[in-house]
Amino acid sequence: MKKLIALLLVLCTVLPIASCHGTEDSVAFSVPESFDTSREYEISFWAKNDTNIAQVNIYKQAIADFQELYPNITVNLKLYTDYGRIYNDVITNISTDTTPNVCITYPDHIATYLTGKDTVVPLDELFDDAKYGLGGSEVRFESPKESEIVPKFLEECAFNGYYYAVPYMRSTEACYINKTYVEKLGFTLPETLTWDFVWEVSEAAMKKDANGNFAVNGQKTMLPFIYKSTDNMMIQMLRQKGAGYSDIYGSVELFNDTTAEILKTVEEHAATGAFDTFKRSGYPANYLNAGQCIFAIDSTAGATWMGTDAPLVDIPEEKLVEFETVVMSIPQFDPEDPKMISQGPSMCIFNKEDPQEVLASWLFMQFMLTNEVQIAYSQTEGYVPVTEKAQKSDEYLDYLSRAGEDNELYYKIKLDAAKLLLENTDNTFVTPVFNGSASLRNAAGQLIENVNKGVRRKQELDVNALYDEVISLYRLDQIQTSSDKVSFGDLPNGSVALLAALCVCWIGMGIYVVIDKTKRKK
Amino acid sequence: MKKIIAMMLVLVMVAAFAACTDNDETSKTSSVAESSAVESSVAESSVAESSDAESSDASSEAEDNGVMTYEEYIAAELESEVVIEAYVQAHQSWWEDKITVYCQDKDGAYFLYELACSEEDAAKLIPGTKIRVKGFKTEWEGEVEVASGATFEFIEGADTFIADALDVTALLGTDDLIKHQNEFVSFKGMTVAASKDAEGNDVAFLYNWDGSGEQGNDLYFNVSINGATYNFCVESYLCGKDTDVYKAVEALEIGDVIDMEGFLYWYQGANPHITSVTVAE
Repeated sequence: MKKLIALLLVLCTVLPIASCHGTEDSVAFSVPESFDTSREYEISFWAKNDTNIAQVNIYKQAIADFQELYPNITVNLKLYTDYGRIYNDVITNISTDTTPNVCITYPDHIATYLTGKDTVVPLDELFDDAKYGLGGSEVRFESPKESEIVPKFLEECAFNGYYYAVPYMRSTEACYINKTYVEKLGFTLPETLTWDFVWEVSEAAMKKDANGNFAVNGQKTMLPFIYKSTDNMMIQMLRQKGAGYSDIYGSVELFNDTTAEILKTVEEHAATGAFDTFKRSGYPANYLNAGQCIFAIDSTAGATWMGTDAPLVDIPEEKLVEFETVVMSIPQFDPEDPKMISQGPSMCIFNKEDPQEVLASWLFMQFMLTNEVQIAYSQTEGYVPVTEKAQKSDEYLDYLSRAGEDNELYYKIKLDAAKLLLENTDNTFVTPVFNGSASLRNAAGQLIENVNKGVRRKQELDVNALYDEVISLYRLDQIQTSSDKVSFGDLPNGSVALLAALCVCWIGMGIYVVIDKTKRKK
Repeated sequence: MKKIIAMMLVLVMVAAFAACTDNDETSKTSSVAESSAVESSVAESSVAESSDAESSDASSEAEDNGVMTYEEYIAAELESEVVIEAYVQAHQSWWEDKITVYCQDKDGAYFLYELACSEEDAAKLIPGTKIRVKGFKTEWEGEVEVASGATFEFIEGADTFIADALDVTALLGTDDLIKHQNEFVSFKGMTVAASKDAEGNDVAFLYNWDGSGEQGNDLYFNVSINGATYNFCVESYLCGKDTDVYKAVEALEIGDVIDMEGFLYWYQGANPHITSVTVAE
């Protein structure tokens, strides 16, 4: 009898506890035992390109090659040139349950998609599946193993305990420099670019001649230092200074004293005209190529637009100026400990009722990681492949060794930009991902934009007022930190009653044991 | 006593199983919460770029409220505050509480980039409507405009104005063309010249500047006159794929002689946003 009671007690203890949990399980997809090739599948792929026909053609070729291997899967390509538009369309389509199957995205955006239940498929189980996983036995192409994806890039796709994406391409930011003008101003480029150096040269470039032209270029226009992505600028400066931005729980740390110092510096150099931004003035590449900019900071994935001999040019030919272009990593506060952002497209899969359709999507996504696709796409810009398998392939190493052979495929600036990331992968970082991290990123850039505009509009900088304005604009005070939204919430009434009953049981049993022992002693 | 304990244990077990099957209710609650979170994210995203949107109906005020003439606007320094009144000629599609508007009056034209605007007000921005705009004058890649985040109000009871297209064909390639920046203009008797697609083929138009787009994206096409060739654009947020002009450009053939109307936008030079195309007989 006692054994039976003990057994029942164990059961009673375990079951109620189990009943209190498990309601938040969002893993609805599980890998089918086998892929049903007797069926036809139609999957959609929303892809972003840099308004670059070569990239579009690679997507199309990849789809054609994949469909040859899997004739029962049709992939419909939808093209975007803007991550923001993809994000907005996905959000709209989540509510109507018409999300794409596969989508180019950023982890920040996935964090928002995940606020819908079971929207994005966690990939861990798919990675590991012996038949259809990475390097799986039933995959009809040479897919990379998980260990062959650059660990740093793969880590960027993990959050909330799961992999929700795979990296597709990676880039960082680079500083494209008019070395000719730097030297004309009497400076020599250091081994590692520093913020102090950039500010000093930029201020020197503001000197004008007797005719009112800038002395260094003899033109009426000179914007020595232009930053394309001011959110990256703020984020990287803060990281280099070891200052707060946000933590993994979603706490906003952006509005700190270091940020205020950075904004003061921006104000100082915007006031002289030495610093400007893409949003206020235009593309850094256009000014660089017209001899109107000395330091143009943009993505390594924008390298084909940079320099006198750039294969892509967006200004009239008569405005192009001859100069020597050099690619360097972004300016640093501590040259001994360089830090730069890791960016670039990732891919995620949206969940569907039919697990076979999800599996078809996964096979296609995996195909995008093959050497053929990775190497071809990376060559369209200063991207690098995300697999070590591609990075170490003979074909890719040969490509890297031929920098400068022509001004198209082997355009030196583009290859130098890619090499910059390859050599600095360990120095890259990403910011924590949470629902609201995309807004925080925008807010970081907005601070710089507002200061830059404000100075020119003769508005006095009030950092605290600016902080309040930006917090309100991006609703940063509404971001929920992880600790705010404890997964289990309050216990349901039933569970409370259950636990109370358990207590009563234990008390009852205790009483019984005591009475029993007393009786025996007697 | 043993019986009582056994009974209680049975009760607890039954209750435990009942609690396990109670997940549905919890899931529903959780699902609602998550779905609201998505909506709030959309709201978060929508508000993100919109600044101090305060557009609203306002009665026409005769008082001197700093409204500039077109001449004063042109003379104003870049990054200075401007207040103008003009008539809506067209606008691009509303997005995230912003709208880009082409405005004009009898003296000149204004390009209002990403005006802060609610969706409700966007619906009232019909051609001819007079609005008062307050913002900052700026220049982006050669285009002089009222910067993003400007606010506006409708001028109730005001007259309306629709600009006639000014023929600027003869001004192409001259320094005088920029004087008509942003105006509603026409180009007559120009010949469609070849563009190169991705395979190097001669085509009459491209989706996106290099052909990297697809139907629904901006259209780019070359037109020639007097030995010079110019690149014109159908801006998809102004004239989408279902509009007559979009379809007309898609139907163009190299060598067609066409008349066009549009707004004289600027990007590193004249880059008109074409709103109508007619193939000459």
